[in-house]
Amino acid sequence: MGQAILLLEDGTSFVGEGFGVQGEAFGEVVFNTSITGYQEIITDPSYKGQIVLMTYPLIGNYGVNEEDVESRKPWLEGFVVKELSSIRSNWRSTMSLDEYLKKYNIVGIQGIDTRALTRHLRMKGAQQGVISTQDLDADSLMKKLKASPRLVGVDLVKEVTCKEPYEWSEKLGVAKHKLKYKVAVLDCGVKFNILRNLVSVGCKVKVMPARTSVEEILKLKPDGLLLSNGPGDPEAVTYVIETARKLLGKLPIFGICLGHQILGLALGGKTYKLKFGHHGGNHPVKDLKTGKISITSQNHGFNVDMRSIPDKKAVMTHINLYDNTAEGLEHNKLKLFSVQYHPEAGPGPHDARYLFERFVKLMRK
Amino acid sequence: MPKRTDIKKILIIGSGPIIIGQACEFDYSGTQACKALREEGFKVILVNSNPATIMTDPETADRTYIEPITVEMLEKIIQKEKPDALLPTLGGQTGLNVSIKLAEAGILDKHKVQMIGADRKAIKKAEDRKLFKQAMQKIGLDLPKSGLARDIKEAKKIAAKIGFPLIIRPSFTLGGSGAGTVYTAQEFELMARRGLESSMISEILIEESIIGWKEYELEVMRDRKDNVVIICSIENFDPMGVHTGDSITVAPAQTLSDREYQKMRDAAIACIREIGVETGGSNIQFAVNPDNGRMVVIEMNPRVSRSSALASKATGFPIAKIAAKLAVGYTLDEIPNDITKNTPASFEPTIDYCVVKIPRFAFEKFPSADSTLTIQMKSVGEVMAIGRTFKEALQKGIRGLEIKRDGLSGIKYKDKTELEEQLKRPNAERLFYLYEALKENYSLDRLYELTKIDRWFLQNLKELVEFESQLSAKENPPQEIILKAKQLGFSDKQIARILNKDEDSVRALRKAQGVEPVYKLVDTCSAEFEAWTPYYYSTYETPFAKPETRNPKPETNPNDQNQNFQITEDETRKTEKKKIMILGGGPNRIGQGIEFDYCCVHASFALKEMGYETIMVNSNPETVSTDYDTSDKLYFEPLTKEDVLNIIDKEKPEGVIVQLGGQTPLNLAVPLKEAGVRILGTSADAIDRAEDRKRFSQLVEKLGLVQPANGSAVTFEQAKTIARKIGYPVLVRPSYVLGGRAMEIIYDDQALEYYIQRAVWASPERPILVDKFIEDAIEVDVDMVGDGETFCIGAIMEHIEEAGVHSGDAAMVLPAHTLTPEILDKVRDYTYRLAKELNIIGLMNVQYAVKNSTVYILEVNPRASRTAPFVSKAIGVPLAKLAAKVMAGETLKELGFTREITPKHISVKESVLPFVKFPGVDITLGPEMKSTGEVMGIDTDFGRAYAKSQLAAYQNLPAAKGTVFISVKDKDKRTQMAKTAKKLKDLKFEIISTLGTAKFLEENGIIARTIQRVSDGKPNVLDLIQEGKIKLIINTVSGKIPRQDELKIRTSAIALGIPVITTLPGAEACSRGIEALIKHKLGVKPIQAYHKKLKVKSKKAKRQSKV
Repeated sequence: MGQAILLLEDGTSFVGEGFGVQGEAFGEVVFNTSITGYQEIITDPSYKGQIVLMTYPLIGNYGVNEEDVESRKPWLEGFVVKELSSIRSNWRSTMSLDEYLKKYNIVGIQGIDTRALTRHLRMKGAQQGVISTQDLDADSLMKKLKASPRLVGVDLVKEVTCKEPYEWSEKLGVAKHKLKYKVAVLDCGVKFNILRNLVSVGCKVKVMPARTSVEEILKLKPDGLLLSNGPGDPEAVTYVIETARKLLGKLPIFGICLGHQILGLALGGKTYKLKFGHHGGNHPVKDLKTGKISITSQNHGFNVDMRSIPDKKAVMTHINLYDNTAEGLEHNKLKLFSVQYHPEAGPGPHDARYLFERFVKLMRK
Repeated sequence: MPKRTDIKKILIIGSGPIIIGQACEFDYSGTQACKALREEGFKVILVNSNPATIMTDPETADRTYIEPITVEMLEKIIQKEKPDALLPTLGGQTGLNVSIKLAEAGILDKHKVQMIGADRKAIKKAEDRKLFKQAMQKIGLDLPKSGLARDIKEAKKIAAKIGFPLIIRPSFTLGGSGAGTVYTAQEFELMARRGLESSMISEILIEESIIGWKEYELEVMRDRKDNVVIICSIENFDPMGVHTGDSITVAPAQTLSDREYQKMRDAAIACIREIGVETGGSNIQFAVNPDNGRMVVIEMNPRVSRSSALASKATGFPIAKIAAKLAVGYTLDEIPNDITKNTPASFEPTIDYCVVKIPRFAFEKFPSADSTLTIQMKSVGEVMAIGRTFKEALQKGIRGLEIKRDGLSGIKYKDKTELEEQLKRPNAERLFYLYEALKENYSLDRLYELTKIDRWFLQNLKELVEFESQLSAKENPPQEIILKAKQLGFSDKQIARILNKDEDSVRALRKAQGVEPVYKLVDTCSAEFEAWTPYYYSTYETPFAKPETRNPKPETNPNDQNQNFQITEDETRKTEKKKIMILGGGPNRIGQGIEFDYCCVHASFALKEMGYETIMVNSNPETVSTDYDTSDKLYFEPLTKEDVLNIIDKEKPEGVIVQLGGQTPLNLAVPLKEAGVRILGTSADAIDRAEDRKRFSQLVEKLGLVQPANGSAVTFEQAKTIARKIGYPVLVRPSYVLGGRAMEIIYDDQALEYYIQRAVWASPERPILVDKFIEDAIEVDVDMVGDGETFCIGAIMEHIEEAGVHSGDAAMVLPAHTLTPEILDKVRDYTYRLAKELNIIGLMNVQYAVKNSTVYILEVNPRASRTAPFVSKAIGVPLAKLAAKVMAGETLKELGFTREITPKHISVKESVLPFVKFPGVDITLGPEMKSTGEVMGIDTDFGRAYAKSQLAAYQNLPAAKGTVFISVKDKDKRTQMAKTAKKLKDLKFEIISTLGTAKFLEENGIIARTIQRVSDGKPNVLDLIQEGKIKLIINTVSGKIPRQDELKIRTSAIALGIPVITTLPGAEACSRGIEALIKHKLGVKPIQAYHKKLKVKSKKAKRQSKV
């Protein structure tokens, strides 16, 4: 494989070796500190618009398989690793990571000092970057980089949401008659593991495109609504915020990640961008009611400013112990709650799965 | 949940002497716990019989008992100190077992001591195979098929049900003792019987063999609020079938997908909850079937373990410290992460490097031991290496092992058959056979078939082998190739070997090409947060460009445009303070262990006190020296010339201390000096004068001292000539060794010829040294500290065994108890003359043999000795600390140590030998060191101190009358033996002897029952041993090869834990110890009380001398 370059908007550049497909990829460069789970990360629609750097240096060791996908294809713009394994070793593996990225047209770069890049992003903040295997000239690349589309203010949900509604039917593992609750999932880029988890707690899941109207949702007569995770700036997804606001109090609502931010906005609050975001599988989050700590899977660049929510009945329920940012909210009157992190894991620890049970309880009431 | 206020005083039990399976990791964890608890205002009572530990330093705990770790002694300590709580999970299996015994004997309840961390129920549930199995089944975890047997009949039934191969694991033993794999019914019966015997409750577990499965470990922590976090995952390079202590292991796990890892994580959390370890760390082992992913739980350690030490060093998360805080009531979120300061400990570390641990073995010491690696641990130490890739870490680890390898390299083998045999059989050299096989183009599939080592690891080895052949094709490798080599972990020396150059020229070429290492931080968080703890490892990174550095000047150097603005990032912090670097001892091995780490840690503390910034370099994860807060900076690096010089280039210390870490850093003295490094303390030349035999002889001659007659030889003829001239017996050995490697006493030409045939290392540069062996001499060890002007003896220790037993294996007593004042004065005089001549700045150890009134010098070690910590504890003066301070320029006068201290109390050092792990290996002591650890017995008289030392060393000296078996060689049939036998008789022991010995005893008026020799048929002493009728065996032999009979007697005695004494002086000391046990009650006294007395005494002496 030939040379590749990763250039950041501030002019920092790393020369390494390309993998995946040949080409050029633009996006916000973020780092993820998960040691395992690259396949889930690659297929997580929330990474639309981003180039992901894995801080763990040895990636690709166990290849990719048919099962560990979080959506039907990879969404991230580019992939950065220290060393791509030249062998895949795992009984479930069906393809190498390199082949997989080639198949889905994703550009990768390896062999660079990923720790130096991580530190740089931590200190300077997440920023736009480009990986190129074609144009290795920093000046000409910089021009293209400057012209590339950004995250802030852009609706990326429309790129990743499903085109048509569908019923989730992957190996249910639960007898159909045991699925007691009908849940409508508003798909802003939903991860399959959310759907899998809903099924495992007895939900029949209907996934709807993000632009589905309030009427269409209500027509389904769902027991609850799940606002899914998704990519980009929540404030840009005005139509979903609008839908959510109209449904406040009409249905039990569970929001995850972008869905949490959308609820925050629907309740009249504001969101802000974090310096370099939370992306990893080891953040401690405390449930303020029980005092219990969950080690959580995280993937967000924006956050809800809890103080900005005028409705004082909306309270913070979870807090990130790393930086004390809000990680969850609920409403004392309205049947809704949401978390900023990923209780569905995929990748990451299963500590917060209890939230799906809580959603069922909320629907049962 | 805040700190508990209902407890004030906490008892911590250490792990005792270093043995295989239990090494200095428990000094590390215990020391951390003591510090953490005292920080919180608790009073800490510490018990440990091992003086070579930081935890037994008088400053570490409030009250420190260097006493045997037995129920009886602990009860006395509990009675005296009345602690509120006992923390049982930090002292290894020893601490855990004795805690359980204390609980079961009702002693804890009686004295109202509560167990914190893990209670008896939880410990039982985890340790008892049956309960563990039930618990795991209850929470739905899969286990290997198995059954428990309490007798051989039951065992056979189970075996028939599961089918071979099978694993036999005895319940309740140390370090997997007695566990093994069997393939046939015959093997099964033998192993099952042995297992039933070695189990404390005579019970064995018979298990489905899962040999060849992938093996994993998770380090788990839990707090009182039931928050559980995983600190580290570990994947073993060697699959199931090799004890994890003997496996190469890698952190984090490499070949599990997230789904599989999370499943394991869930299982580990469920496991710690079900077992009920309330707070603290546990270690849970899993096996995964590589073909279908079936995951089974293997076992759980409900305590801090060797793997926790490794996980702590691998991630930067201080497991023992946090475990101690959790035990007193804190929750994980209430404890800050030291490294990031701003984030709490309630998280899971994530790392951005790869860690490889490689065990270090000592089979060269036990040539007749089976070197196949099994589920019983055999390694004596380990090295850890950190790199950005597995390949880099592995190569750093191999060179850090100090087994004369510069990285992954080859090994001699006869033919393909042998090669494949060695690949199939797990052994200490398998890596190097793999290298050979890869060179022979074996396919990964074939290698996997032979070894069951995961293909991912094999592929990484293959890449190293492939790169090597690529490199060897280059005459003058360009910069990118050299950089690539360094990124793959190749050492300069290894590159030099491949290119047929010398190390220095490769280093020069590399530097000219600008290929330099960068140092990165171990920060628990993969750089997500700023880290404060200066814990570094080296790596070679690809340069990158920052905008501020991106300012090429094309007009001046147009061709160099790209390189001009390339930089690499180094995270070392520049400081203004004066710095001193301390070189540690690397992996533990027989002859170089915890004692040297102890000295390095002391040096670091002492120099910090003086205001220096201290820099520690070491590669041993078990140690206190590699704790991130022992020194101002920690470099976790191999102790090679290259790696050390690289750090020196970066840090530019004032000087380097090489004399405290044992032979490893001492061997670097000359090369470092030649590279322009300032060696602190005794000069490199003086070190050479003491180490080089020829120069040493000149030194001895110059000072007019006496040395046993000697010479050096390369061939048998030369050696024979010397031996005949000086007379047999002779002591033969290579030069420059530690631990008496390949040292032997030889009685005749034939044995000499045999020795020289095996001495393949002999060469004109490394001749064989032939010394006259002084028989029946008393050996004396002297430890001394000097500042170049003032020299002061720390202690003169008298060996209990006669000269010829390696000083590392000999028991010693301080003060000397049989030597006359005249002899002692002579010893002092010689020592001071040597010290002055060598201008010793720091520590020096001298060994003498005393016969009649002649004092022979045996050797001089211009470095810290193995006895330095023992002496420091005995005399209450921290010798290593003083040594470090004088090396940094203070004088002994300023430090107030100018006068030898002769304590009133008696201190005995006893060694602990690993024979129980090497069945069939002869247990006689000789000039080659074989012990792994030591204990200290301290009391007011010799009998009691010796008795304590034996109790502490797990020698079950009889405390009541019984039967003694005595059989000694003809030479030993003399007064000393008769006196010893008489004493035993007086103590109402019955004596049984073989004919010759019985006759001799009878002639001396002692009646002994005779028994026939083993070879003469049954019944013989073996039967009595098996029946448990013999309480003590005194058995001395001559010659290197013991008779079959004796070997059988000793082997079965060792297996059953019956003390076997193999020297006359040992037997005599033993009889005095038994006398003390029978006639007196042993008391307990903290080391602080002994030291206080000494201080009062020395003050008085000072006052008197002033008057």
